[in-house]
Amino acid sequence: MMMRDKPVLTGAPGTKFQLAAPVMTESAPADATAMPKLRISHMNFYYGNFRALADINLDFPENQITAIIGPSGCGKSTLLRTLDRMNDLVPKTRLEGQVLLDGEDIYAPNVDVVNIRRRVGMVFQRPNPFPKSIYDNIAYGPRLLGIRSKKILDEVVESSLRRAALWEEVRGKLHQSALALSGGQQQRLCIARTIAVEPEVVLMDEPCSALDPVATLKIEDLMRDLRNNYTIIIVTHNMQQAARVSDFTAMMMMRPDGAGEMVEFDRTRVIFTNPKDKRTEDYVTGRFG
Amino acid sequence: MPRTMLEHSIGRLQTQLLEFGARVQHVIGQSMDALKTRDRALAEAIIQNDAQLNETRFRLEDECYILLATQQPAAGDLREIVSILLSAIELERIADHAKNLAEITIHMGAEPLLKPLIDLPRMAELAQVMLGRALDAFARGDAQAAEAVAAMDDDIDNLYKQIFRELMSFIVEDPRTVTRAMNLLFAAHNIERIGDCITNITERVVYAKTGRLQELNVGTEVS
Repeated sequence: MMMRDKPVLTGAPGTKFQLAAPVMTESAPADATAMPKLRISHMNFYYGNFRALADINLDFPENQITAIIGPSGCGKSTLLRTLDRMNDLVPKTRLEGQVLLDGEDIYAPNVDVVNIRRRVGMVFQRPNPFPKSIYDNIAYGPRLLGIRSKKILDEVVESSLRRAALWEEVRGKLHQSALALSGGQQQRLCIARTIAVEPEVVLMDEPCSALDPVATLKIEDLMRDLRNNYTIIIVTHNMQQAARVSDFTAMMMMRPDGAGEMVEFDRTRVIFTNPKDKRTEDYVTGRFG
Repeated sequence: MPRTMLEHSIGRLQTQLLEFGARVQHVIGQSMDALKTRDRALAEAIIQNDAQLNETRFRLEDECYILLATQQPAAGDLREIVSILLSAIELERIADHAKNLAEITIHMGAEPLLKPLIDLPRMAELAQVMLGRALDAFARGDAQAAEAVAAMDDDIDNLYKQIFRELMSFIVEDPRTVTRAMNLLFAAHNIERIGDCITNITERVVYAKTGRLQELNVGTEVS
C-alpha cells in the first residue's frame, strides 16, 4: 500500500497539502502481469553511425527499484538517458523503437519533452546543486512551473526536504548556500530538488559514487523509502549496492560490435543467488575480465 | 582470472569438509563396533573425541562466516559456501548421534543382548556407505548423484521399522525386556537420524549446483 502527498503544483486556491511525511509502507510485490511504468521496446540507439544500444527490450515495474549493472562502456548510462530524452541534447543521436511511459511513447511526435523530464527526473553522479540557497534550489522547479505563492513554495520545499531525509539538517539554514553542504547532503538536496516537481520516475546515474560510505548508506535508505511513491531506476558500478538496494536487476554487456545489449533481467535475489546466464554469473561473481 | 583468493578459500573449505566427513564416517563405524563388541573403553574414547569434532565444525563454520562477511560472494560462490556451512553442521550432528550410540553402549553395561545384532550393524554400514557417496557427490558437484544417494535413506528407514516392530513384539511378549529393548531401539533411532542428516547434506549438494531448494526423498514418517 502506498500513500502519495496530494498534488500541489496546480497553484489552485484551497489545495490541501499535508506537511507530515507520508506513511511509508512496503509496496506490494511487483505483479508480473501488471503494466510496467516504463517499457523499452526493440530499442536501437545510435551516436551517428555507431550503434550504442542493440535491440533492448526491458520493463521497469512501478514503485520498484531496478538496478542496471554491467561492465564499463556497455551502454548503461546511454540507456538511462533514453528514458528522459537527455540524449536529445547530444548531436547526431538517433533512436529506433519505443520508450513507453504508462503505455505512451515518449518519442512520439509532438510529445512535450519538458513535461517528460518533469515526470521522469534525473539525479546525476556528482551532486550538482545550483549556486543558490537551499530554498531556491528546491523552489526552482516549482517556480518554473508557475507556482508563485510563497505559502505553497514553503510547503513544497519542506515536503521535498523531508522526503529526501534532509529537512532536520537544514531547516534552520534554508537561505544559506547549497554549496556549503557536505557531498552527501548536496546529493540529498538534488534528490529533493528532483522530487519537488512531483515526478513519477526517478533516474539515478551512479548517485553514490562520489560519496563516502556513510552518505552512501543514507542515500540507499532514502531510495528504499522513496520507492513507495516513485519508480526508481539506478545505474551503478557497485554490485553490492545493486544487491542491497534494488528489487530488480538488469544485466547489460557490450557485444563484439561495441553495442550494448540486455543479457538478463530478473528479481535481484535471483540475479545474485542463481542467475540463468553464465555472463551474469561471471559478472556478479567478479570473474568477468 | 579475478577472485583467485576466493577460489582458493572455497577450495580449502571443500577439502576441509571432505576430511571432516571422512572422520565422521569413521566414527559411525567405531560406535557400532563398540556396541557389537560391548567395548566400554572404545565407547568412552568416542565420547571424549566428540569435542574435537565439534571444534572442527566451529572452525569450518567460522571460516564460512568470514568469507561471507569479507568477500561478498554471490551466485555459485554464495551457494557453495552456504552449502559447506550447513553440511558442516549436519556432519557434527551425525557425530553427536554416533556419540549417543557410544553412550548407549556404556549404559547397557554387561547386560545380555536381547537378540543378536544383525539389522543394527546393517543400518550403520548403510549409513557409512551413504555418507561416503554423499561426500563423493559433494566433491564432484554432482546433483544427480546426490539425489540418488538420498534414496538410500529409504533402506535405512525400512530397517528401522523392522527393528521397531521386532522390539515391540519382544516387549509385548515379555514386558521385563522393555529396558533392553528400548536401549536397542534408541540405538536404531540414532542411526535412522544419521540417515536423515546425510539426506540433508545431499540437499545442499543439489542447491550448490543448481540453486534448487527442495526436500529429497520425501517418504513416510518413521517416527
